[in-house]
Amino acid sequence: MSNEAATATTAAEAAPAPEPIPHGLGVALPAADARAKTEGTFPYAADLWAEGLLWAAVLRSPHPHARIVSIDTSHAREMPGVRAVVTHEDVPGSPVHGRGNADRPVFASDVVRHHGEPIAAVAADHPDTARMAAAAVIVEYEVLEPVTDPEQAFEAEPLHPDGNLIRHIPLRHGDPDAAGEIVVEGQYRIGRQDPAPIGAEAGLAVPRPDGGVELYVASTDPHTDRDTAAACYGLEPERVKVVVTGVPGATADREDQGFQLPLGLLALKTGCPVKLTATREESFLGHVHRHPTLLRYRHHADAEGKLVKVEAQILLDGGAYADTSSEALAAAVSFACGPYVVPNAFIEGWAVRTNNPPSGHVRGEGAMQVCAAYEAQMDKLAKKLGVDPAELRLRNVLATGDVLPTGQTVTCPAPVAELLQAVRDVPLPALPKDTPEDEWLLPGGPEGAGEPGAVRRGVGYGVGMVHMLGAEGTDEVSTATVRVQDGVATVLCAAVETGQGFTTLARQIVQDTLGIDEVHVAPVDTDQPPAGPGCRGRHTWVSGGAVERAAKMVRTQLLQPLAHKFGMSTELLQITDGKITSYDGVLSTTVTEAMDGKELWATAQCRPHPTEPLDETGQGDAFVGLAFCAIRAVVDVDIELGSVRVVELALAQDVGRVLNPTQLVARIEGGVTQGVGIALTENLRSARGVIRHPDLTGYALPTALDAPEIRIVKLVEERDVVAPFGAKSVSAVPVVTSPAAIASAVRAATGRPVNRLPIRPQAAVVTGQ
Amino acid sequence: MTLPTTLDEAVAALAAMPAAVPVAGGTDLMAAVNSGQLRPAALVGLGRISEIRGWQYLDGHALLGAGLTHARMGRPDFAALIPALAASARAAGPPQIRNAGTLGGNIASASPTGDALPVLAALEATLIIAGPGGARREIPVSHLLAGMEMLRAGELIGFVRVPLLHAPQVFLKATGRTGPGRALASVALVLDPARRGVRCAVGAIAPMPLRPLEAEEWVARLIDWDNNRAIVPEALSAFGEYVAAACIPDPGPAEDGSAQQLPPAVLHLRRTVAALARRALGRALS
Repeated sequence: MSNEAATATTAAEAAPAPEPIPHGLGVALPAADARAKTEGTFPYAADLWAEGLLWAAVLRSPHPHARIVSIDTSHAREMPGVRAVVTHEDVPGSPVHGRGNADRPVFASDVVRHHGEPIAAVAADHPDTARMAAAAVIVEYEVLEPVTDPEQAFEAEPLHPDGNLIRHIPLRHGDPDAAGEIVVEGQYRIGRQDPAPIGAEAGLAVPRPDGGVELYVASTDPHTDRDTAAACYGLEPERVKVVVTGVPGATADREDQGFQLPLGLLALKTGCPVKLTATREESFLGHVHRHPTLLRYRHHADAEGKLVKVEAQILLDGGAYADTSSEALAAAVSFACGPYVVPNAFIEGWAVRTNNPPSGHVRGEGAMQVCAAYEAQMDKLAKKLGVDPAELRLRNVLATGDVLPTGQTVTCPAPVAELLQAVRDVPLPALPKDTPEDEWLLPGGPEGAGEPGAVRRGVGYGVGMVHMLGAEGTDEVSTATVRVQDGVATVLCAAVETGQGFTTLARQIVQDTLGIDEVHVAPVDTDQPPAGPGCRGRHTWVSGGAVERAAKMVRTQLLQPLAHKFGMSTELLQITDGKITSYDGVLSTTVTEAMDGKELWATAQCRPHPTEPLDETGQGDAFVGLAFCAIRAVVDVDIELGSVRVVELALAQDVGRVLNPTQLVARIEGGVTQGVGIALTENLRSARGVIRHPDLTGYALPTALDAPEIRIVKLVEERDVVAPFGAKSVSAVPVVTSPAAIASAVRAATGRPVNRLPIRPQAAVVTGQ
Repeated sequence: MTLPTTLDEAVAALAAMPAAVPVAGGTDLMAAVNSGQLRPAALVGLGRISEIRGWQYLDGHALLGAGLTHARMGRPDFAALIPALAASARAAGPPQIRNAGTLGGNIASASPTGDALPVLAALEATLIIAGPGGARREIPVSHLLAGMEMLRAGELIGFVRVPLLHAPQVFLKATGRTGPGRALASVALVLDPARRGVRCAVGAIAPMPLRPLEAEEWVARLIDWDNNRAIVPEALSAFGEYVAAACIPDPGPAEDGSAQQLPPAVLHLRRTVAALARRALGRALS
């Protein structure tokens, strides 16, 4: 953590009176589960246990594309200890499912379309027996030629009855004949990032006496998962209950339905609880990844460097199934020009189907890929014009009131220039000294091969944007209930705590509104009303808004009798530190006394203003809100080995309002570090559709040594008036921006084009001088 | 699972249970067991054999126990003896792996990216193999790694005999990230002033460490051994190129006689090896 951020945190911690525990919005309230998580006592899904449970294993396809000739489960069924084997024939309800687009079979029946697609599942009395039995299911395949190049998907035979084109958006904005004096072109490629949650998927399914089933899983969208499961099991939604367990990391749609659905099926079939804990390999094969993307750009600018026109082609590899590729494409196309004023934009975007592993929601999807490309274009333009890259960006930045290429006017705060100036003006970090003690600072790390003489330092910039909440007319709604009794408040809301800090925020909101310090947030299950998925700052905005409304309703119930008694309106009463006082000081009582042993309940909903889908030319008010961030990256590159060390990332972000400084800094640091992974090491490689090295040795996540110094230079608190607290989504925009900034810095250090992420060592080598 | 306390007991245990697998640190073996790739009928744990967990001196050599952990080898007292082996041990992974993984295990797994292997190859280390009935035989480590000689049934690597050269040694490793990672390429280089020799081995680019013998001999003649081991700076880069070309040779001409280019990734690997070898020699002679 940077010094500035550290001081900010300390100041916030010190601000309230020392004795009472900090409470309310804006303070660094520690997360309630932080201690249990650090001590290892927090129960995650993998820790679940039920009397007499069986263990499940899923058989997955070894081929990316094959026709299934036959499936023979007889050997597996006969193995001692095996209690049930299920295939596509055993799915009583809908044979297909999918987020948004039901195109994915529960179990492959005739064709497998990606490596790792589920074919059968087994329940047995021991996990090893289950795995061996799954391996004993004999599947005869007729191996087909896989389509793994998204560019070939257009011409290839349809891989799916729905065709190979998932979505096409031809965005047209402005004058197609506009041209600038300066033109720069580029082609960019972004790899396949895996969310690689630290806790792999795990779950427990328990059959219910009424013929239903309960799924104990680390779901981030329990109601959607319940509806999917119920449809596949042929049950009414009320007879399937999803109980959310501790979520061990979620920077994406973390759960793989490929194991959730079989789990419940096996429990229904055997009448016993069934548990599954995925291996790391299964985890890599099962869940969705970031879209590998191919981008071609042409930027036109005038002699002063003002952008005239942007033309782009964006091709997202959606993998075998649609999942949320359509939403990712909308973001990619809408933000293809970045937070810059572009009067004329012509963007063609496609999301296509291939036999690669399916892609879906990983935070900043769509926006991240285009950010790397348009920032590379801005660097090219600056180089061609001989202008400082930060200066060139400043000449073009977006502000409130400007129009996006989608025709939507930016109404929320957009302090992009302020952010960029903040990171540009902060002093650069010191150069490493050429002494043995500083050796570890070299690229390659401690005991590495770095040599000071071959190290070049580079400074680069990235400016990024994301949208908040679901786009294009998604009905964003959340419901929360607040209950107060005996001086203790309880929040019931189906918003899943994924690490974003919702439970802490809910406590803070209730503390602020009701003046009650002791606030509990109930565990989440689908008996509660839906709160929707946890992504794009949704729960802070929508669920936080619902909690606030419910708390205000309780407040009114609490104060109404008092107000009536004293002949004043409830607005003239205020609650602070558990005491109720009137504006004139006549009335002073405590919350406990006012409660008078009553129990107060209130339920409320929050539904932000609606959005509209992009039309056939990519125009429309598709987004509720936008968040921005600017990052200055400083890297050291060993130009002979091509090893890169990110020295420092200086960040300024548009956060709307700081609700919890500790959580905010943690979220930004996490996001930035995820971006370092995309920039340098994270790429789930596949060869002809087969994932290679699905393990944490082959898939190199950033370690503590790879994480740079993260310096939070400025948090711009310009409240977004339409958001319940004026707060913006904070986690996604650093993920979007930091890879672009790092690539820009490597470009500055080496003079190489760096048009591919992650940056391979050979792309950062300088030869022939 | 048996836990013998001497090398001979361990050998006897293996002889009694031919299906048993010896396990030391278990950093490779247990991963294979957990992933279901290996289901050993029994295990012979080597962790309690104290005689192989330290080292002793013998006629200008060090006799290193096969059970020495990377963490132990990384400490300063060991680094004073065999600096390159200590450097490779410090680079051999995160602390959890270094605390458990052993020298003998690194040799027995013979993974192409085993960090100790190029160092042992450059040092021309020999292995002392314990066999049934107290038998001991000695084989060069390179013979085992190349598959010229194999461990027979019931045999265990007991000790590794390494010459004490009392001269600079370097181990350099290129990885994909700043944190611990597998080597993309590594170079071990040791000076042998008594024999006026330079010995170098390149790891991770082939199934076993490669020795560029001609490059070693060539550069040893350019070093002014009596004058502070001085060398002309150009010789360092020439040595790097020589080593790299020896390990990753140019492709032969195509059928039509035209010169062929190495693929970009291989070319980058060759440049990496050249840079590592040049830096290693430079550091050893500075």
